[in-house]
Amino acid sequence: MTPSRDTAVTVRGLRKTYSGRAAVDHLDLDIYRGEVYALLGPNGAGKTTTVEILEGHRHRDGGTVDVLGEDPGRRPRGWRARIGIVLQSQADGGGELTVREILGHFARYYPQARDPDEVIETVGLTEQARTRLRQLSGGQRRRVDVALGILGRPELLFLDEPTTGFDPAARRAFWELITRLAGAGTTIVLTTHYLEEAEALADRVGVLARGRLVASGTPAEIGGRNTAEATVSWLDGPRARSVRTDTPTRLVAELAARHDGEIPGLTVTRPSLEDTYLALIGAPENGGPR
Amino acid sequence: MTVSASPRPAASGGDAARLPGAWPSAVRLGLLRGGLEIRSFFRQRESVVFTFALPVILLALFGEIFHGTVGHTGVQFRQYFAAGIIASGIMSTSFVNLGIGVTVDRDDGTLLRLYGTPAPAAAYFIGKAISALVVSLAEVIILLILGATLLGLHLPTAPGHWVTFAWVFLLGVSTCALLGVAISSLARTQRSASAVVTLPYLVLSFISGVYFVFSSLPAGLQHIAALFPLKWMCQGLRSVFLPGSFAYTEAGHSWQLDRIALVLAAWLAASLLLCVRTFRWQRRA
Repeated sequence: MTPSRDTAVTVRGLRKTYSGRAAVDHLDLDIYRGEVYALLGPNGAGKTTTVEILEGHRHRDGGTVDVLGEDPGRRPRGWRARIGIVLQSQADGGGELTVREILGHFARYYPQARDPDEVIETVGLTEQARTRLRQLSGGQRRRVDVALGILGRPELLFLDEPTTGFDPAARRAFWELITRLAGAGTTIVLTTHYLEEAEALADRVGVLARGRLVASGTPAEIGGRNTAEATVSWLDGPRARSVRTDTPTRLVAELAARHDGEIPGLTVTRPSLEDTYLALIGAPENGGPR
Repeated sequence: MTVSASPRPAASGGDAARLPGAWPSAVRLGLLRGGLEIRSFFRQRESVVFTFALPVILLALFGEIFHGTVGHTGVQFRQYFAAGIIASGIMSTSFVNLGIGVTVDRDDGTLLRLYGTPAPAAAYFIGKAISALVVSLAEVIILLILGATLLGLHLPTAPGHWVTFAWVFLLGVSTCALLGVAISSLARTQRSASAVVTLPYLVLSFISGVYFVFSSLPAGLQHIAALFPLKWMCQGLRSVFLPGSFAYTEAGHSWQLDRIALVLAAWLAASLLLCVRTFRWQRRA
């Protein structure tokens, strides 16, 4: 279990119970420095509890947790300056302050904060810089949360369902922002309900179900997606044919031999991330990690 | 649309010693927060109006309703009540405002947002204390001006009286502010906060010599009131605004300034302890 690369987050045997019910049940997790890691899972799977424990916002009942070389249960000041947090529940506070005022103020908390105006521009709120928070739309307020999360130049950024309530254009802009932050070396831990978001952003995804990590890997490989049976479909005269096979290449070669030139209507598909995800979270509890 | 510079290289520890001298002090951040709190408060116009209006209206009503004198002391009822209403006004701008304000901060995520930053917790409390002091001072100035112009409240000229006023004000505001923070932990949501805070505020106002002459209250209620700070704040302010001869009618036949200081200081220490022990960053589940 020794991580082969430099890890930002190492979790072993993490447990958290709420009134007897295990929300997180012996969870093991490694997140490497510089990667974007997406935690997926249905509601109640333990995503937010796990992230809150990593952020130092919640106590754990058991297991060991290491975040940037520190136990998040201790959360010393210097460590807090190195992480950025965007909580799942949007903060409605400070409604009478303007975007510029709240960012200018929070920048004072950090030893090496980014320039507030630059951050405002980064999240696309330059036009609203002098607007009071309570006058912003839901999506704009969420961008203030994100701005506050990246203001302190964090090495590790937690984003708990950051794009809930975003329209498609805002989501796309947000993806670009995350890609740029990741490109600059920020480690990013993301929870999301949007599988296309995980697929677009994450270097690796982990699927949580019933408080355990049931799979972890790149979006293309998770759950054996890349080696799973492929479905080969084509048109056999007027009839649509569809065959599931372990050896799609051989089938396509045979079809090619039977046809003169192009095979009509040919597609080769593997399970989508969504198919794989749904299979994983429905899997029996002893499906085993990884 | 640029993201500046890469994150700092990984360091082994997470301790503050890593960046010597780079941390702003809790006091400095607290002052900044205080400025922010005050700005926010004065931008909420309806809240400002009603915070200041209640004691002002009470002051005006009492001035209209009561015209007699307290016993044969020559002190008019409205002078007597003016001192009490100023004390209760201080409690309202500190205890009530913070009791509700901190619950709101807890409920709307302000506290949790702060908790995740490197800002020390003390900065939050210092900011709240500063805003309570400034708002209370504004309230007291308004009440003093109205009291003096409309109700015949005698503003003292002897500096000693203003010294008394200053320490009663400072001890009163700090104690009530801390008690407000402490009671905020009792309220589950901001919707219940005003009910939770109003009960002790109203009951204490009734039994502490704000709406009634204290010495005319039943002895049992006087004893209960004497356990809490408001009674002593009222008494301290009466010593400032009423003639010295009135002291004889007080419960202890004197102003008991030393006892006022002692009780308020004890409450200050107790409420600080209470705050530290009960403070919660997150909503109760």
